[in-house]
Amino acid sequence: MDALIATVKDNDLVVAFALVGLVMGVAILISKFLTRGKFQASAIAIILGLVLAYVGGVATGGEDGLADISLFSGIGLMGGGMLINLAIVATGFGASFDEMKKSGLGGIIALVLGVVLSFVIGAVIAWFFGYRDPIDLTTIGAGTATYIVGPVTGAALGAGSGVIALSVGAGLVKSVLTMVVTPFVAKYIGLNNPRSAIVFGGLLGTTSGVTAGLAATDKRLVPYGAMTSTFYTGLGLLMAPSVLFFAVKALVG
Amino acid sequence: MASLTSSYRLCEVRAREGEAQSNSGVFVVIILGVALLSGSLLVGTWIGTLLGDVLGVDANVGGVGIAMLLLILSTNLLARTGRLKPETSSGISFWSGMYIPIVVAMAATQNVVGAVTAGPVALVAGVAAVIISFALVPVLSRVKTPGVDEPVEEFAEVK
Repeated sequence: MDALIATVKDNDLVVAFALVGLVMGVAILISKFLTRGKFQASAIAIILGLVLAYVGGVATGGEDGLADISLFSGIGLMGGGMLINLAIVATGFGASFDEMKKSGLGGIIALVLGVVLSFVIGAVIAWFFGYRDPIDLTTIGAGTATYIVGPVTGAALGAGSGVIALSVGAGLVKSVLTMVVTPFVAKYIGLNNPRSAIVFGGLLGTTSGVTAGLAATDKRLVPYGAMTSTFYTGLGLLMAPSVLFFAVKALVG
Repeated sequence: MASLTSSYRLCEVRAREGEAQSNSGVFVVIILGVALLSGSLLVGTWIGTLLGDVLGVDANVGGVGIAMLLLILSTNLLARTGRLKPETSSGISFWSGMYIPIVVAMAATQNVVGAVTAGPVALVAGVAAVIISFALVPVLSRVKTPGVDEPVEEFAEVK
């Protein structure tokens, strides 16, 4: 038994490959037999991954889902920023540059509108819940853009830790919900071509949510959504603590 | 020791077979594709970080998007001049094929407990942002870039 645990711990990345393979296998079986092929295996696998993350989070109290359980630490490496970025860029291989150019304007509008829209929604909802301080409203609005923009903006403006935690929570809800919901609503919002994927990436912005949601819908859409969503967090970080904060301050301050 | 030598010989034989098949050393060029991919990511991330510095933001702005453009442009260039070997491509396609499994791993490392227990303000804000953003996708998808009239390519069917 000790030898087995030692083997698993010494080969964490290999364990992660095997474990994810197992999850994909289970997802393929569920897709085939329980949903009769109606739901794509990749969508089911991503949901299973989120369930495992929940289990890991409850078991350890940590923030990195299954990766907090030391036997499964390799999942953190496999699903971490470095390999995710490498794989996203690889999906661009075979993508059409012309399609990206064709949808450039829509993508840029979606990007700017997406940041402002999510920010405004977050701030307005915080207002309805009784928040009045412009710093709190800005931080929660920024978190609704993405869970990275929230805490960075909050720290820059000097928001309290409770509000910062809330802003991260709003971004997490957005990201997880986008992963889960996208494959189910894709056909109702016309998400079946490069242009709508580019617009989708700009509007939603949460790179993890956008790329996972598109992967679960149709993997060919991933590079187009990734193209705009990778600019979103940067744009949010640029706008939230400056222009958007001043706007909030002018309105309520 | 004997088994080591025999497995070494097996490798040699396979290597020779591989060379005979493609005539260009399969085992060497796969890494060229992986290296091209990695190089694109590194340069893209670097440019994204510089862009962040210029904008005064402590983040990588669009690095992955820039890297993707670099990869698309460089592979197009190689393909046009006939220097993109199938084996080179396979080094890139492998990582593209690993994308969904890697996303599953990423999903398994999300702070789902944090999302579920975030409290009503975060929950309502997150849900509202998603619903309204989704609703705007079909609206903005109609925006056309000036001067381009061709319709966008549509994927046959979204399963």
